[in-house]
Amino acid sequence: MTDASLAELARGVVALARPGEQVEVYAARSSSTTVRVYEGEVESLTSGQNQGIGVRVVADGRQGFASAGLLDEDAVREALHDARANATFAEVDPCVGLAEPDGLPLPVLDLADVAAVRDLPEQAKIDVATDLEARTRGADPRIASVRTTIWGDGWGEVAIASTTGIDVGSEGASCSVAVSPIARDGDETQIGFAGDGARRPSELDVDRVVSDAVERATGMLGATKPGSQRLTVVLDRPVVAAFVGIVAGMLTGGQVVKGRSPFADRLGEQIAAEALTLLDDPTDVRSLGATEHDGEGLATRPNTLITHGVLGAFLYDTYSARRGGVVSTASAVRGYGSVPVSGAQALQLAPGALSQDELVAEVGEGFFVDSVSGLHSGVNPVSGDFSVGVTGRRIRGGVLGEPHREATIASTLQRMLLDVVLVGGDLEWRPGGTGAVSLAIADVSLSGS
Amino acid sequence: MLLDADLLTATLDAALATGGEFAEVFVEDRRTQSAVLDDGRVEELNTSRTRGAGIRVVTGETTGFAHTADLSPEGLRRAAVAAASVARSGSPRGPLSVGDGTEHDSGALVLPETVDKAGKVELLRRADAAAREAGSAIQQVTARYNEGRRRIQIATSDGINTGDDQVRTLFAVSAVARGDTGLQTGRENVGRTVGFELFDQVDVAQIAAKAAHRALLKLEARPAPSGTVPVVIGRGGGGILFHEACGHGLEADLVAKGASVFAGRVGERVASPLVTLVDDGTMDGEWGRISVDDEGHAARRNVLIQDGELTEYMWDRLRARAAGRASSGNGRRQSYRHLPMVRMTNTYVLGGTEDPDEIVAETPYGVYVAELGGGQVNTTNGDFVFGTLEAYLIEDGRIGAPLRDANLIGNGPEVLANIDALGNDFAMGMPGTCGKDGQGVPVGDGQPTLRVTALTVGGTAT
Repeated sequence: MTDASLAELARGVVALARPGEQVEVYAARSSSTTVRVYEGEVESLTSGQNQGIGVRVVADGRQGFASAGLLDEDAVREALHDARANATFAEVDPCVGLAEPDGLPLPVLDLADVAAVRDLPEQAKIDVATDLEARTRGADPRIASVRTTIWGDGWGEVAIASTTGIDVGSEGASCSVAVSPIARDGDETQIGFAGDGARRPSELDVDRVVSDAVERATGMLGATKPGSQRLTVVLDRPVVAAFVGIVAGMLTGGQVVKGRSPFADRLGEQIAAEALTLLDDPTDVRSLGATEHDGEGLATRPNTLITHGVLGAFLYDTYSARRGGVVSTASAVRGYGSVPVSGAQALQLAPGALSQDELVAEVGEGFFVDSVSGLHSGVNPVSGDFSVGVTGRRIRGGVLGEPHREATIASTLQRMLLDVVLVGGDLEWRPGGTGAVSLAIADVSLSGS
Repeated sequence: MLLDADLLTATLDAALATGGEFAEVFVEDRRTQSAVLDDGRVEELNTSRTRGAGIRVVTGETTGFAHTADLSPEGLRRAAVAAASVARSGSPRGPLSVGDGTEHDSGALVLPETVDKAGKVELLRRADAAAREAGSAIQQVTARYNEGRRRIQIATSDGINTGDDQVRTLFAVSAVARGDTGLQTGRENVGRTVGFELFDQVDVAQIAAKAAHRALLKLEARPAPSGTVPVVIGRGGGGILFHEACGHGLEADLVAKGASVFAGRVGERVASPLVTLVDDGTMDGEWGRISVDDEGHAARRNVLIQDGELTEYMWDRLRARAAGRASSGNGRRQSYRHLPMVRMTNTYVLGGTEDPDEIVAETPYGVYVAELGGGQVNTTNGDFVFGTLEAYLIEDGRIGAPLRDANLIGNGPEVLANIDALGNDFAMGMPGTCGKDGQGVPVGDGQPTLRVTALTVGGTAT
């Protein structure tokens, strides 16, 4: 079936629905290439096709799901069969059911430039990666080698169809570069990392990737363990992107309706500093997370989660919205291998007025965090406990001072939101799709020696 | 076997048609079934199936790789040609022939796919009830059943044609408790490379009770200390310490690129003489157990550190060949869509001689960690972090108040040198998924009760 249109394939399965049965099909097909370069030579060149289908069946208040990483007819029929069988073992839940079209037309966004990525010659991709490695090596005499330099790209399409009248499709394409240089000084070695992603090759900012990666590697040379104390931290934008991603996860309908969010009962209350406004806007094309429809085929729309510190909304998919007695905010996220869940798609913080330098100057004394580790193990989105490994620099007299590593910062997410004292104006769109600005947060525990 | 020898021979011939030196076909057929009970309801059963092949061509230092879900002769040929595009100037290697291979048996006594789904759902209900019985503060329970069967076949131009049938079964429970201090969580997972007989070996009610107990305990927990203290880790609760502190740094691909603090240190003392570290893919039933790795090499038991001295790195085909030695059976990949690289299997520290109770009694002040959470390492400088799932304060040689979640941070070589007590109570720990360069593979770990003289605890109490 590889030549059939994806939409026809999806509709064909939906047409097999039995009376009284809801069927939804999410089908995807994509191609990708990855080039890894090492010491001026191609280390590996990978290409491949990915495809798959996810089938959701709802019958008598029970939901079942099955997926296949294949689009041939047998696999697709088997998935439908398995989804039906799975539904019979689920317990009745009056809130399960597929998304219903809500009348909002899909936004028209200039998102995919499939040809720009697909038609780029292989050699051009190799050249970008080779050039990135060479420039990174040459940028500073302390760069001893480069662990990996990667070019990646992909393009593909998605189709969603259902018995409730959903019938949408979309295309996507993107490319990315990343480099991790190793800096050496005497016996000491430190590694840096930087990358960028874009919809078109011409939009990749290779210059910035080189300077970021080199600065991160060389900047850590001579880093020591700081003393333990409470202080104000400034989180650089990649760190903020990770931080707001976790916060947004706590503001999803799925967590709220199941009693797993500490913010569940706090709509309309001040949960963050007044300077903080957080949106999830998949219609903003500056974000690589922008999309015309969510994972259930509903038109995306901007959702403001926190306005000047006040909790204004949660992000819902269809199921969690029914449980919560509200309507979907078109925030269903998924791949073909899983049922949709509520989640953020294109977060952004409303920028303040200060540049990062001005923000550091304003803080005066503190700690600048340029990377975090252990986010998946050290942050508990249910309790809000927050404890992560950090590297960064001391802030002294309003400027960045000596580098530090092997330290942690700790607080709770609830307190950190309220303890935001300054919001940067240095908006940066991260490869993960989040629009992040630097944040200064007061009264955080720094643990070291 | 998944594909017959003639088709594999034709595909390898196509892969080597433009002068490649080595070619490999990796075929995979994976089926999974999961069932989730959440919020008091069996809410989701999920079945998945994937199948495909990845074809690798190596020429000099360059690897070409292409993957496809199309296992027809034409689909495989197209992928072989794409992978061969890295070798453009050479001449074909000439005829080769792949012999009939053999697939290793899974060893599973009861294939999970043969068990009725109702029986799986029943396990979830029992777990839910047991977790809720643990205390009225338990507000939310999620129980998850997972089975996976992964059949693989590897055929290479070196004459390998072998396969493995990997059956894994996992049961996981997480609980949320509500108290005056807000919400707290606890979890417990049991997973083994066995079939449905897992549930003859473990009781899901006990798994659930343990998860609930962890959540309830934390309602009473104090903030963890902030600063550097001695840390005692209970048996089977902290193998990830070694996985992160040195395991990754002993992977030959990172060593070869100078991205490991352990590069060039074979034969040197890198740890306390108490420490003997082993990576062992052959451990029956353990989560990282394999018969052959994803390059067709037999799993092995490799001693990496012997009595504190670095004896060996872990190797895949590519790195082993560059070093003129044999693979150690550590070439693994997430799926047919991925290139193999050096990965751990089951990594553990052998037991010592001390009474674990004595180790605690001889620690005047510190932190006792019954269960570590996930971790992450920077192999280049050795700095690593991991979370805690269950931890207590040690005061006057006794385990005292429970502590809230906090990360621990340390430096691999320093921590290895600072292990000053090793118990006689070795145990393997919870199943893990190790991530490296975006690929996840199942791994196991284990260790006896041990003490590290100094680790930085990232709490908020001063």
